[in-house]
Order: sequence, then structure tokens, then C-alpha cells
Amino acid sequence: MAWFSTQKAKDNRFNEDIWISCPKCKKHIFKESWLNGNKVCPTCGHHGKLTAWERIGITLDEGSFIELNSNIRPADPLDFSDSKGRYKDKTIATTEKTGLNESVITGIGKIDGKTVSIAVMDFRFLGGSLSSGTGEKILRAANYSYEKSVPLLIFSASGGARMHEGILSLMQMAKTCAGVSRLNEKDIPFISILTDPTTGGVSASFAMVGDLNIAEPGALIAFAGRRVIEETIKQKLPEDFQTAEYLVEHGFIDKIVPRKEMKNTLSQILSFYNR
Amino acid sequence: MANKLELEKKLALMANSPELFKKEIARIKKELQGMEKTPQQRSAWETVKLARNPQRPVLQDYLENIFTDFVELHGDRRFSDDKAIAAGFARIGNEPVMIVGHNKGKNIEENIERNFGCALPDGYRKALRMMELAERFNVPIITFIDTQGAFPGLEAEERGQAEAIARNLVEMAHIKVPIICVVVGEGGSGGALGIGVGDRILMMSNAVYSVISPEGCAGILWRDGTKAPLAAAALKPTAPSLKELNVIDRIIEEPLEGAHTDYEATFAAVKKAILEELKPLKKLPKAKLTKKRFEKFSNMGIYNE
Repeated sequence: MAWFSTQKAKDNRFNEDIWISCPKCKKHIFKESWLNGNKVCPTCGHHGKLTAWERIGITLDEGSFIELNSNIRPADPLDFSDSKGRYKDKTIATTEKTGLNESVITGIGKIDGKTVSIAVMDFRFLGGSLSSGTGEKILRAANYSYEKSVPLLIFSASGGARMHEGILSLMQMAKTCAGVSRLNEKDIPFISILTDPTTGGVSASFAMVGDLNIAEPGALIAFAGRRVIEETIKQKLPEDFQTAEYLVEHGFIDKIVPRKEMKNTLSQILSFYNR
Repeated sequence: MANKLELEKKLALMANSPELFKKEIARIKKELQGMEKTPQQRSAWETVKLARNPQRPVLQDYLENIFTDFVELHGDRRFSDDKAIAAGFARIGNEPVMIVGHNKGKNIEENIERNFGCALPDGYRKALRMMELAERFNVPIITFIDTQGAFPGLEAEERGQAEAIARNLVEMAHIKVPIICVVVGEGGSGGALGIGVGDRILMMSNAVYSVISPEGCAGILWRDGTKAPLAAAALKPTAPSLKELNVIDRIIEEPLEGAHTDYEATFAAVKKAILEELKPLKKLPKAKLTKKRFEKFSNMGIYNE
């Protein structure tokens, strides 16, 4: 029976209901402690990806969130299909799997009693990609800030523009930035929080132009992909290239804030907003 | 891709030994066929190739032929003078304007010096500085878009390529002079959009404007870069598609076989279009101009609700 018990132990070790393996250091962690620690590895401190709802749960005061514009969902403006099938089918399947209508959840909520307009991206929805629907929701969140004079908070988590919507996805970069731009007229602060990953068309639009840019530790923040750059310049890139830490060093991020301190830090910053 | 006359010359030369040049002859014949198509008959991929044709007029051709009194200005006042972007005051007809454009070269030496029109963050910051200067001088801005994309390199990331492009998107949204953007060749993603926010977006009939290159898209969604023609068709990057999607306002018709086959006709068409678009924009009060620009970009996108 010896072979049988080893087999069983092995099965247990990989039982995903009990254990998970840290995406970075690969150490096995009790799933319960991973979840209780909000997906931060207790060994190496790696910050795993949160869903938008998890993020809202740990950022806003309990019961304060009111979702807005939740009915916005992707159309298929180009009638796009690739080798794996139609974009339309992909979005329907993603909605069924995640319960999300788009790659961002928007609304209003409170941080220690202070009202904010908030947008939180969710990487599970087609890599958090920026589509027409995503752009519209973010613009409306910015417009809410503009109209009600409340600070705007955007948590980014995105691979970039959603190429299945072609040029329209590119235009969302201009559209969301136009929304952010208008906040300057009334001196309304926009705090951008960049989480892993924030790249391509999202980093090259609203995510990088916060009045404050805050990042989570170790987050990948980039314009072009590492592989594309290595192929272009034919040289190896430094290990920490395009991490949150690298961007702080080069002056593009104000502050790195660990997840467990995020709410307090945001609250503290908002407490200086003297209007 | 060369022009039609050159290709025909080549064909004539090879006609003596058709066996030896079999492959080349077939290729040239196919290319000639592509050229003879009207823009409507061309596939998206054929248009992509036309937009990248090295014989196509570039910024310096437009500067020399439809503008006068060009005063070139240099530098971003931060780090360098990126030659991938050229800018300065000029006149079109009697109208003083500020020109900002991707600066592709006409030969390999020029292209190396100008990085094939692929700008660094310094280039986008230079562009923004010149646009703010235009605001100060109260002259309209004309941008010429013609780039594969923003340069993907180590120093580009180090100096904040993403921030530089994003900053332009924010600032161009509220610059208080008219902005006309003309996509003359390749409109490559964020690198194109970085000087592409304006009141009127014009596009040459054989230009392309896309969120990603067909090769890049094929590499990701087909896992095979050679499927670029399929990706080009799916991305719909051509002028008629963009007009239909309300991303551009006007198509500037090129000579049938492409802008490179008749420079004079191309210059005349571009000049006429810019002057016609400029006129009504100059009459708008400033507050109305930026409000309409905001509304224009607010309305971009198609989604369900």
C-alpha cells in the first residue's frame, strides 16, 4: 500500500481547495491564509491580482459603494474574429465566467467617510483590456467627479487596448484622457493606482497621468512589452525593468504602497484635500 | 514597393530570361495588379503596404510643397531634440500655423538619423512644447501622422514613453487653438495618437490607422506573424472603415495608384483639405472649440447599454 499513500499525499499537496502556489516564489501557501492576506504571499510579499469586487471590498467603507453604469457591455463594432473564434462569443463566455459585463467596475463610495468617484479594473475580463465600454465607463466616472467635485480614483489592471475593437479601442485612450483633462478646470484631484499589470494603452493614457500615481509593490508597469524591446534593441534588459520600483526611481510614480496599507494611505492623502 | 513605371521597366528587362526570373516576375505582376485596383477593391493588407511605400510623400515633402516660411524649432527643453518629430511655424496660403509631425526620411541615412519616424518620449514632449507655443502665439496646429509607432526601447521606457503620450492626450484635449490632424501614411497606435487629438481628423485614402500593427496582432491572436493579412482585414484600419466608425472626419483622395505616383496632385489635395477645414474652425470662439473637441472624443466608441 506504500505507493497508494504517497499518491494520496501528492494529490493532497496539489489540492487547489486547500493549497495554492505563489505565482512568484512558487512556495505553497494555505489558500485560507492567501485569501485572508488579500492575496499577498506571506513568504515573498508578492501581490497577486485582485478581482474588482475584492478591491472594492478592501478599499471602500463597508456598504458605501453604489455601482453606476453596470449595464454597459461590449458590442462587436468590427464583427471581429481571430483564429480562436468570434469576439462576440468571447465576451459572452467571459461574462458568464466572471459575472462582469466589462473590464471595469465604476461607481461612488466612501473612504473613511470621504466620497470618491471610483473605477476599478478587473484583469479577468479579457486581460482588463480597454474597450469602448471600458472607456465610456471611465469617462462617466471622471464626469461624475467633474459634476459633483469629488476626487477621482482609478485602480488600473490591464494589458492595454482591446485590439478586437480596432481603432475604437485606441480612441478610448484619448477619450478617457479628455475626461481626466477636464478635472483641471475645477482643480479636482485624480489619484491613479497602478496594479499588476498596467501596460500598453492603459499606461499610455489615464493610468500615468494621475495628480498622484501610486503603485503596488512589484507591479509591472510598461508601455512596450519586454520581448518587443529586447527584439528591437538586441540587448538584455535589467531584471527590475518596468517594475513599480523602477518607475519610482525614474520619477514617474509618487509612492509604492503595500496592499495592507492602501486604504489608510488613500484616506490620509484625501485628508489633505482642502476644499 | 516601387512605383508603377519602375516595376514595368523591371518586367521589360526580365522578359529576356523569363525562366530565370520566374518568381520575381510573378511577384511584380501581382504587385502591379494591386496598384491598379481602386481603393475600394484593395484588400486591407494591400492598403497597409501602400501606406508603407517608401516612395510615398513624407512630412518634408508636404513642408516644402504646401507650406511656406517654415521656421523649424528644436528640443523638448527636458532632455534632447528628437529628430523623429519635426516642428515649427509655417504658412499655408496666408494662414500662419504650427506644424508638428512624424519625420520619416527619404533615404536610409535620413531614416537612421530620424529613427524611421519612431519617436522617443522626448519627441512627444517636444511636440507638446510646440503645441503650447502655438497656443501662446494663437496660431492653429496642423499635425502630420506617419509612424509605425512610438519607439519601443530601453531609454524610451526609462524616460516615460507612456507618460509622455498620455500627457499629450490630456493637454491636447484643452489646447485653445484649432488642431487639425492629418494621417498621411502609417498611423501606428499610441505613437500616432500622441499627436492625434484634434478638432478635425483627416486621413489620406491609402493611409492606415490602427491600434496595433497587423503583424503584432497576428502574433498575439493568431500566434503567427505571417497571418498579418488576415489580421489587417479584421482590424479594419483603412480610411473608409474609420470614416464609418466616426473616428475620422474626412478622407483626402489620393491619385488612384497611390500618393507616390503623383506628388503634385497629392499636395494639391492635402492643401485644399487643410484650408477648407481650417476656415470654420478659426471662427469658433475658444471655449466652444475645446467644448466641441471634448464632445467629439466623448462620443467615440461603440458599446451596448
